[in-house]
Amino acid sequence: MKSRMRHSLRRTAAAVAALIIAPASYGSMNDNEVFTYFAADRFEYQVRDGDDALVWDAEAWIGTDYNKLWLKAEGADESDAGLESSEIQALYSRAVAPFWDLQLGLRHDFHPSPSRSFAAIGVQGLAPYGIEVDAAAFVSDDADLSLRLELEYDLLITNRLVAQPRVELDFGFQDVPELGLGSGLTGMEAGLRLRYEIRREFAPYIGIDYERATFDSAGIARDAGEDVDNFSIVAGLRWWF
Amino acid sequence: MITRRQLLHSSSAAALLSAVSPILPRWVFAGSHTAPTATEFDLEIGKAAVPLGGRMPKATTINGTLPGPLLRMREGDTVTLRVRNRLREDTSLHWHGILLPPEMDGVPGISFDGIPPGDTFEYRYQLQQNGTYWYHSHSGFQEQEGVYGPLIVESAEPEPFAYDREHVVLLSDWTFEDTDRLYARLKKHSDYYNQNRLTLGDLFRDAEARGFGKAMSNRAAWERMRMDPTDIADITGSTYTFLLNGHDPVANWTGLFQPGERVRLRVINGSAMTYFDVRIPGLAMTVVQADGQNVQPVTVDELQIAVAETFDVIVEPAADRAYSIVAESMDRSGLARGTLAPRAGLTAAVPELRPRPLRTMKDMGMGDMAGHEHHMHGGKPKFSGAAVANEAMMPTSRLDEPGTGLGNVEHRVLTYKDLKAAEPFYDQRDPEREVELHLTGNMERYMWSFDGKKYSEVKDQIRFTHGERVRLTFINNTMMEHPIHLHGMWMEVVTGTDGLKPRKHTISVKAGERLSVDVSADAVGDWAFHCHLLYHMKAGMFREVRVEARPTEA
Repeated sequence: MKSRMRHSLRRTAAAVAALIIAPASYGSMNDNEVFTYFAADRFEYQVRDGDDALVWDAEAWIGTDYNKLWLKAEGADESDAGLESSEIQALYSRAVAPFWDLQLGLRHDFHPSPSRSFAAIGVQGLAPYGIEVDAAAFVSDDADLSLRLELEYDLLITNRLVAQPRVELDFGFQDVPELGLGSGLTGMEAGLRLRYEIRREFAPYIGIDYERATFDSAGIARDAGEDVDNFSIVAGLRWWF
Repeated sequence: MITRRQLLHSSSAAALLSAVSPILPRWVFAGSHTAPTATEFDLEIGKAAVPLGGRMPKATTINGTLPGPLLRMREGDTVTLRVRNRLREDTSLHWHGILLPPEMDGVPGISFDGIPPGDTFEYRYQLQQNGTYWYHSHSGFQEQEGVYGPLIVESAEPEPFAYDREHVVLLSDWTFEDTDRLYARLKKHSDYYNQNRLTLGDLFRDAEARGFGKAMSNRAAWERMRMDPTDIADITGSTYTFLLNGHDPVANWTGLFQPGERVRLRVINGSAMTYFDVRIPGLAMTVVQADGQNVQPVTVDELQIAVAETFDVIVEPAADRAYSIVAESMDRSGLARGTLAPRAGLTAAVPELRPRPLRTMKDMGMGDMAGHEHHMHGGKPKFSGAAVANEAMMPTSRLDEPGTGLGNVEHRVLTYKDLKAAEPFYDQRDPEREVELHLTGNMERYMWSFDGKKYSEVKDQIRFTHGERVRLTFINNTMMEHPIHLHGMWMEVVTGTDGLKPRKHTISVKAGERLSVDVSADAVGDWAFHCHLLYHMKAGMFREVRVEARPTEA
């Protein structure tokens, strides 16, 4: 497993190097320019049953039409208990199909503890019916395999007022007792957010979010006396540049 | 040497108007755009503040004005144009539609190295043609920023039509935003400028009109393909101010006439990205030239002008009143407007913008079989990879169609099929071979290409042999129209009018269309060939055409 991680690290490094070196200049006709992007898809305050939390889900990329370096960061900080979760991913992303990128790289979870590192492979793109998909498989440094699927859809009420249903499903293929995860569907999250695009780049939103641990993981949580699910009302800001 | 003072027609209205806006080129205010021709021109490309939309934005300009000066030349003359670069970046000028030696064509990287800051480049060529043309920068986004102007070549012989007065009607699109930023936004969220996307309200209205089931299945069909039927223009009136002779609609450019006169309007689309639907309510327009080439007169009430095309029309305003020149952007996100009037200060009503059009299955290259999706998977895909989002499985000929948004209007609208050359072209041979070229793209990624490859991804030129006659067949696999421009040689549109095929420097290939042009490879050298939507060209919808000398010539 360590060698697999080293391998993926090497691949990522090679891709990054290619990004920096490859785009040759075609004078005024350079059609392979490097662009940079940052988006805070979710940057929100969640009013929960128990402890309120600040939640973030941001991504950034740098690269050309075909080759990009992606960074993804996600996490939650509870107002009383402190940092609940925090992860970051660095991925080489290759445009392999009209609507799909193949992504390879590393993920590191700073929280919950103990912190863990993963090799990541995934696809990101637009599925038929305009559904935004981010699906990835992760192998941890303890050789634990997990999957994550995120789906989003933009429903235009007007050209500025957009309703966005969002679903996230997490699967584990083995028990991870130190994190309270059982095998199978470990967790799910569903939300509906209503944003108003003051500009396309800048959209405050409100919404609801429901998160729960499922099956074995729910049992483990119950045994530990923790909440199995959590309902929140959210208010946040989506912005990109 | 012609000065701008000489270009100013001595009409009091012109003087009055130019006093209001001293920074616009004088030709714009002329009571009639006629002036002596010249053989020497000094042009300076630099930055200047120009009056637009009640503001004074900084534009990239030629001789300090937007648009640039009117260049008036005479057929047969040899002209010298000294172009000085006062920018901090390279620049260039390309003489759009003019036949000339390849090294005078002004395309950096192909014709020459470009004009570095501080340098002057001397263009020199002999005019072998007459008609209405234009010129523009071929460097970066300078064309969008203001580096364009009209170029008129007066005929050496009497023209086959008569007129009493003429005006240039130069249409363009202006943005107050940074052009690099526009392009970057399209690369990140390509629907950024589309403020007319389908909403829940549209779905309800559609359901009311034709039942919920049909409305849902239609919406689902587009969503399944991940295509947006409201994708008419990449960049829209949400950032663009549409200009007529450098005037926004409020500034209202006015051209004068005497009632009863025959007025020639030299309509030029100098936009970066915008197709316009041009009409003058109350006046019929008789088209006498297309892309500077005489055509058999055809009278219409409206015409669509693709980016970089020109049409010369003759109108006969009989009444002592004003007429509005209305140029709606094809996506109906705005309009350019001007006025023809017997006296300065008169205005006429400007009609409301008509409803925006929607794309159809025909635009997707699925023929007229809307709703029969199985046709979509009929052929084997030609392209793989990320660059091509759609393939036209059943491309159709659309030469007899007036263009997106004009299919259902009540009055006469010009189609390419209506265009017949006034005189037969010198080369009447049948083509020796056919070259097929696919227009390809992926709106989602904002990637545009030929045959699925961006310019940087191909090593080779498209090669012609000197003297050969080639049929170029375009298959538009994208859901948008593309104005395809060949430098250095004419393209004769294969309209079915044998012997009198119209000659074009820019041909708009409609969405899902298959269209052929015949080219006589009569100009040895390297030539640019590209989509004239500026941001498509920038994204790689560009090729080099090499016309090679025959071995015996070498």
